[in-house]
Amino acid sequence: MPPPTPDHDDVIHSESFLRSLMRRQLALSISCAATFFVALLGVPLLNYFAPALMATRVGGFTLSWLLLGVLFFPFVWIISFIFIKRSIALEDQEVADVQRDGKGGN
Amino acid sequence: MTALPLAALLGGVDLWIFAFSFVTVVVTIGMGFWSARQSKTASDFFVAGRSVSVGWNASAISGEYLSAASFMGIAGMVMSSGYDALWYPVCYACGYLFLLLFIAGPLRRFGAYTIPDFAEGRFDSPLFRKIAVCFVLFIGFFYTMPQMKGAGVTLAYIFPGMPYWAGVVLVGAVITFNVALGGMKGITLVQAFQYWAKMFAISIPVFVLMSVFGYYNQHIGANAAAGEPAAIIGTANADGIERKPLAEKAPKDNAWIAPFGPLTTKAVNAAAAALPAEQRAAYLEEHQKPYSLLYTYSLIIALVCGTAGLPHILVRFYTNPDGVAAKKTTMWVMILIGIFYVFPPVFGVIGRNLMPELYAGVGAKGTDKVVLELPTLLTAKGSLLGSILSGITCAGAFAAFMSTFSGLLVSMTGALAHDVYGRMLRPQSKPAERMFAFKIAAVLVGAVSIGLGCFVELLEINFMVGQAFAIAAASYFPLLFMSVWWRGMTMKGAAVGMLTGGLCALVAAALTNFSTLALDKGPMGKVFSVFAPLNNFWAQHPLLRILCEQPAIWTVPLAITLMIVVSKATASEIPGDVRMKMLVLHAPEKLGLKQEYIQEQQAGAGH
Repeated sequence: MPPPTPDHDDVIHSESFLRSLMRRQLALSISCAATFFVALLGVPLLNYFAPALMATRVGGFTLSWLLLGVLFFPFVWIISFIFIKRSIALEDQEVADVQRDGKGGN
Repeated sequence: MTALPLAALLGGVDLWIFAFSFVTVVVTIGMGFWSARQSKTASDFFVAGRSVSVGWNASAISGEYLSAASFMGIAGMVMSSGYDALWYPVCYACGYLFLLLFIAGPLRRFGAYTIPDFAEGRFDSPLFRKIAVCFVLFIGFFYTMPQMKGAGVTLAYIFPGMPYWAGVVLVGAVITFNVALGGMKGITLVQAFQYWAKMFAISIPVFVLMSVFGYYNQHIGANAAAGEPAAIIGTANADGIERKPLAEKAPKDNAWIAPFGPLTTKAVNAAAAALPAEQRAAYLEEHQKPYSLLYTYSLIIALVCGTAGLPHILVRFYTNPDGVAAKKTTMWVMILIGIFYVFPPVFGVIGRNLMPELYAGVGAKGTDKVVLELPTLLTAKGSLLGSILSGITCAGAFAAFMSTFSGLLVSMTGALAHDVYGRMLRPQSKPAERMFAFKIAAVLVGAVSIGLGCFVELLEINFMVGQAFAIAAASYFPLLFMSVWWRGMTMKGAAVGMLTGGLCALVAAALTNFSTLALDKGPMGKVFSVFAPLNNFWAQHPLLRILCEQPAIWTVPLAITLMIVVSKATASEIPGDVRMKMLVLHAPEKLGLKQEYIQEQQAGAGH
């Protein structure tokens, strides 16, 4: 498909489009990263401040071992699943917005 | 040096173990050459990955990622250090999430598959490309050392009479010539096969061992945490786990099973041992846990950020040109490696209870070989299964260090042949000369890797890989992260930050290793005896020791701060078309901005 001749005044090339694009993507990434970091950085904190709780036995495992050695992996899968779903939706939304605005502008 | 007597070398070799390992090597090399020949006629299928399905692609990426550290090192470290070592598998897997969230998507839209490509394209600077290439070599060599140790340990296990260095030289030479002759060029099929070989080799023995000797949770339950009654040794406990007495060097149960154990408190313990006896308890009380927490966080930062900066990972990361399929591939990679990483710690835990004699061994005879040797426990029960399963784990170990070492060798050789020779030394060289240069570079890089590998027998595999991650985290990660999300970056800012952070991490890691090797009572101790006084210094300043052993907590912020400060100071040098670059990085591919950008670049070059 031959791309149209670059027209640097249309919606795609505007400063406001880039700003909103980066802001929306960063917001999504940061919200997923925040969930991840709460768990990742929270486990050492719990180990530090609540050692007795984390040493509780759960079927032979200590709670701390069960969280880190087994349950952390599915937790990360859930975050990445949600991120991928939302980021695909976000991209579709962005394309739809541009196409709608582009038609309005011409 | 006298020749090795062949009989002594072959004495005590278990034929099953030898057969499985040998078949893995032959099949891997054979598949490499077969698919390299195929790929000349059907390059789309094997190399470009256009018609490679999500499943194959995800397996291939996982296959390249799981190295000797994942296969052997994690088990060895869990056995020697306990809970704290679990951060390694968790962060190896989670690093991918971080890569997915912040870096992978934009880089793929930009069309940059290697970090030097990105460095040049983002800042329009061939000079910066050359600076960025250096770290391919720095990180690469740090990463090859543990792979070489894996090779040395495995060969010393298969051939009990063989010295460690001979295994390193043999395996290193075989892989180097394989790469130099054109096999193993990171071909999807081979790497995908390697993943499933590793997955099979780690999981089947675990299931068999657990069904015979008791399950994962039962084996952890046999270790007493602080405040619990002492563990039963010698006779079966309530769960039917019969532990063997621990060797003298093994950590105590309560330190091993709990957080802030021997791995993270080593520096403080060494400092306490240097104090008068009456001050020790108070000193430990005050410093042990806070410093240990610091160590843990620094390790987490190194591993999570470092994954995003490994030179051989991004190359393969998005071979699929379709955005949706690429994201699905990433999802599958995380699932495949996540499942894998549940298994290695099981070997470490069962090994502690049933094979504690490994604690007494050093170097190639130590805990790093627990994955290889643990299945032989079944032999004692009078079954051939022990040898067969041990052969399978040896085959998996071969798959692990062969695939990662080959991948690293291809990346580093490519950097030397393409960037250093093809662009710096002889820009006018012909393709045939470059092919020759590739072969020479492969032999050169292989030889240096083998040389380095011979020195590191005493360092833990997993620890060394952690250091490679720490260097990547302080150099490439800040470069990628900041260049993707901040348009104020200039080439000078990026270069200063990357070089300072990366070199600080490199020097810190090297100093730590030198001082550890200086402690050796054998020949290594003599070679590194210059660094022996450093250990006295560490004993007086345990905090500095931790910051050197795990430098990410200060080098990553240092690199990012320098990038911001220097970029602000040189703000006039921000690339002129930065808005267009940012659009290409962030706008959905369906808008077709990439093609437009390329056209403009070409038009610009034509003027």
